[in-house]
Amino acid sequence: MSADCFSSLRLYSWRYNSKLAGAAAAVAIADLWSLCKAWVLAQVQTRERIGASVEEPKKLQLYSYWRSSCSWRVRIALHLKGLKYEYKAVNLVKGEQFSPEFSNLNPIGYVPVLVDGDIVISDSFAILMYLEEKYPQNPLLPHDLQKKAINYQAASIVSSSIQPLQNLAKYIEEKVSPDEKVPWVQFHIGKGFTALEKLLNGYAGRYATGEEVFLADLFLAPQISAAISRFKVDMTQFPLLSRLNDAYNKLSAFQDTMPEKQPDAPVEYKG
Amino acid sequence: MEDSLELVPVARFVESSGDGLKYEYKAVNLVKGEQFSPAFSNLNPMGYVPVLVDGDIIISDSFAILMYLEERYPQNPLLPHDLQKKAINYQAASIVSSSIQPLQNLAVLKYIEEKVSPDEKIPWVQFHIGKGFTALEKLLNGYAGRYATGDEVFLADLFLAPQISAAISRFNVDMTQFPLLSRLNDAYNELSAFQDAMPEKQPDYPVVSKG
Repeated sequence: MSADCFSSLRLYSWRYNSKLAGAAAAVAIADLWSLCKAWVLAQVQTRERIGASVEEPKKLQLYSYWRSSCSWRVRIALHLKGLKYEYKAVNLVKGEQFSPEFSNLNPIGYVPVLVDGDIVISDSFAILMYLEEKYPQNPLLPHDLQKKAINYQAASIVSSSIQPLQNLAKYIEEKVSPDEKVPWVQFHIGKGFTALEKLLNGYAGRYATGEEVFLADLFLAPQISAAISRFKVDMTQFPLLSRLNDAYNKLSAFQDTMPEKQPDAPVEYKG
Repeated sequence: MEDSLELVPVARFVESSGDGLKYEYKAVNLVKGEQFSPAFSNLNPMGYVPVLVDGDIIISDSFAILMYLEERYPQNPLLPHDLQKKAINYQAASIVSSSIQPLQNLAVLKYIEEKVSPDEKIPWVQFHIGKGFTALEKLLNGYAGRYATGDEVFLADLFLAPQISAAISRFNVDMTQFPLLSRLNDAYNELSAFQDAMPEKQPDYPVVSKG
């Protein structure tokens, strides 16, 4: 409350104490009420003036590469949560992640990167956890602690046991032999997929950990898609993951966000 | 993150941290293949350590365990409230668990040694640790205080401490290129939470090697 209001309070209080008539007290209280109403009205009008000049909140920006599985995970989350964003393509093949502009944003040179006002976050997992906390609609994690843990475990298997080793394909091709590349990738994907089949056994429903899409699905969908389309993994050995893949193929959150539909997908890949 | 022969699961650090959670240590000898025993396979068909058992709840993977502990036992939080700082913690954890650790584990090193060359093993591991450490130095710049993201120990420190320790003691990485991580390592060496949890102090550390 403003100083004016309090000085009036003290004044009226003194005036009330020095007068014995109840009528004088009633008038004092009525005057005080008018003063306070005027103060409140002034606050509201001020706030309305401020509100009219506030800019629209800045849109989310996602720095992404069309083929990056990590970027795809985040695109799915943004779709599920109904969050609009500006797509900022970073061509990893051309080395755009090392440009001065991108390095300023993310000195580590990784995609995806999410920009939300002053907040800048790289790493798909960190971005997903941020989105989950800042925009809790359509939660990416179940409440149940065991199921939540299963989601984290599935995410870890993909991001630590499969994806980093799959990314070494080029090194293996050059340093070991071109013939070794495919067996290497298929071995590590196979090992991870076998682990996932065991992990999700008893938890999977329509999706990885039940009837709703959660974090695990965001990691699985791009990984399974890459395994099939890029690395020709024989999915008959993985019946649960095959079934999940069929389910993902029916969801717009996954289909609309797929690599081939991104603005920077080369023309020859565009779906 | 699974360990093939790592004897320092990250979870051990949190178990001994200020959380003050007592636990029963159940040794699983990875060299002897005990992760494939019927008893352990029943518990965790994937054969990974660490595994945490809390009543009916069974969780493997150090990151999943840490997130469970954080939610179930919120005392001495492992994550800051600030969303940007929280994200930095997750990013640091990811760099260690996805960009460094999988490439330095024994199975991969054995493959490099056999299929590329025995001389390639050390440069390989130092390259990947160096790349990850360079990324961490950049990531934590402006956020680090006494510890990785301020003056309290958080998730990032739980991933950094074992990784830096392994880089120094197992892989002879030259830490002078990484001044921030070197300073953090000194800070970790002063904390009982980290010192009491180190591999050499665990019940299953081989007697012959104990100092």
